[in-house]
Amino acid sequence: MKYALLVYESEEAFNRRDEQAVAAGRAYGEALQAAGVLIGGAGLGSPDTATTLSVRDGRRQIHDGPYAETKEYLAGLGLIDVPDLDAALEWAARHPAAGYAKVEIRPLLGCLFPGGSGKSS
Amino acid sequence: MSEPLAYAAVEAIARGTYGRLVAYLASRAGDVAGAEDALSDAFAAALERWPADGVPDKPEAWLLHVARNRMIDAARRSQVRQNSERLLLHLAEEARKVAATHEQFPDERLKLLFVCAHPAIDPAARTPLMLQTVLGLDAARIAAAFLVSPAAMGQRLVRVKAKIREAAIPFRVPGPREWDERVPFVLDAIYSAYTTGWEHLAEAWSAHRGLAEEAISLGRTLVQLLPSEPEARGLLALMLHCEARRAARHTSRGEFVPLDAQDPALWSRPMMAEAEAHLRSAAAFQRMGRYQLEAAIQSIHAQRAATGRIDWREILLLYEGLVRIAPGIGALAGRAVALAQADGPAAGFAALEEIPAGRVVNYQPYWAARGHLLQLLGRKDEARSAFGRAASLTDDPALRVYLLQRTADRH
Repeated sequence: MKYALLVYESEEAFNRRDEQAVAAGRAYGEALQAAGVLIGGAGLGSPDTATTLSVRDGRRQIHDGPYAETKEYLAGLGLIDVPDLDAALEWAARHPAAGYAKVEIRPLLGCLFPGGSGKSS
Repeated sequence: MSEPLAYAAVEAIARGTYGRLVAYLASRAGDVAGAEDALSDAFAAALERWPADGVPDKPEAWLLHVARNRMIDAARRSQVRQNSERLLLHLAEEARKVAATHEQFPDERLKLLFVCAHPAIDPAARTPLMLQTVLGLDAARIAAAFLVSPAAMGQRLVRVKAKIREAAIPFRVPGPREWDERVPFVLDAIYSAYTTGWEHLAEAWSAHRGLAEEAISLGRTLVQLLPSEPEARGLLALMLHCEARRAARHTSRGEFVPLDAQDPALWSRPMMAEAEAHLRSAAAFQRMGRYQLEAAIQSIHAQRAATGRIDWREILLLYEGLVRIAPGIGALAGRAVALAQADGPAAGFAALEEIPAGRVVNYQPYWAARGHLLQLLGRKDEARSAFGRAASLTDDPALRVYLLQRTADRH
């Protein structure tokens, strides 16, 4: 069963990110990898850097900023492959941001398209 | 075989083993809705075939055989779920073995209970889901008991069952590390069915009636399935002690009678004895918990039947324990009343005043307790307004009449 772990952080938590937080994120990714459950994942840049697009009547509409102006933003995501929801919750609980942010766990639908174009890991 | 006999056989199985059949199929396929659909197809097939062919030797195995065939067909039709067919073939193999040997099929109801009360399930859906899947209550009856429309309840149940399947909530008994975190969800869902039923006993016409009995049978099932969990016995003891007082809680004219004023001769001795037995075997585990404490408090009240008095000091001690491990608003209010009985109304009222105002706004028992203590303190006007507030917060007509009468008390 494949799941997405979606990390939502407040703007303050976003701005507080330091080297330690980045290192913790990396260590977590390595742990997922070592357990053989990681499909892929990354932290995201701040919502200030987001651009949102939609296509209506064949025209692209582009605006500055994230999809929704909320108090909490998607800050990172991971895709994992584990037996069931309890196993996914177990991994989500170990996420370094789980102690101050929120982790949403969602099952992936259908098949996953493997990439392979990543230049670095 | 005559039709009525075959129908009676189908009905007996539907009543007696429905939960076990659903639990068995659902736990193998990870799909409650699919298991229920397949099982109702199997029951329909039985109603068609048994009158002509006779009731099979092992009717449950026959039903499981038909149901798993339906599930395999359904899995083949659905392209989304690639893994399920393998699981179902495994299920088919097992079902064949159950039919061939004379083994009973395994009881998976405990796994089903843990799924129903999984923290990833909407809390409002946990109790209805248990009642439907484990006891086989129909959605219309559950809807009536929870005061929502059958359509809304149906939708809620469909939604959670889809989540169980799509999010792959596992059918498993939690390990020791998660045990303490997960067991209370199961206990709370059962207790919530009981209180929903209990609060409406006065209304003879109410659809809530009967829900209390269903909750008790869930409680019995749980004690059977978790023989070494003292809190399961504590919960059952608590429900039995309350249930024992059913006949004493209202006069023949339907008037509400508070616990202290009830005639103990009307309390059910067999239920009280059963409650005490469960409480004693729970105590042997030496693992105190919320439900054992609440049952122990009811047990002290029950002793009035033998001694004619209530040991408030003992009740206070139990409430002190309760507020330490489960400082719910009910426990805090109960402690204040016990304190008033043991150490005088001023001490009790002071304890009541310590409860944060924000938590008691809509809590009827708090306002009734407040009215009672203010009355004992001779603060009549304030007592009257507290009883009035309590009366406006209950939806039980008999209790409302009682509380309104107390607003007029002169003592």
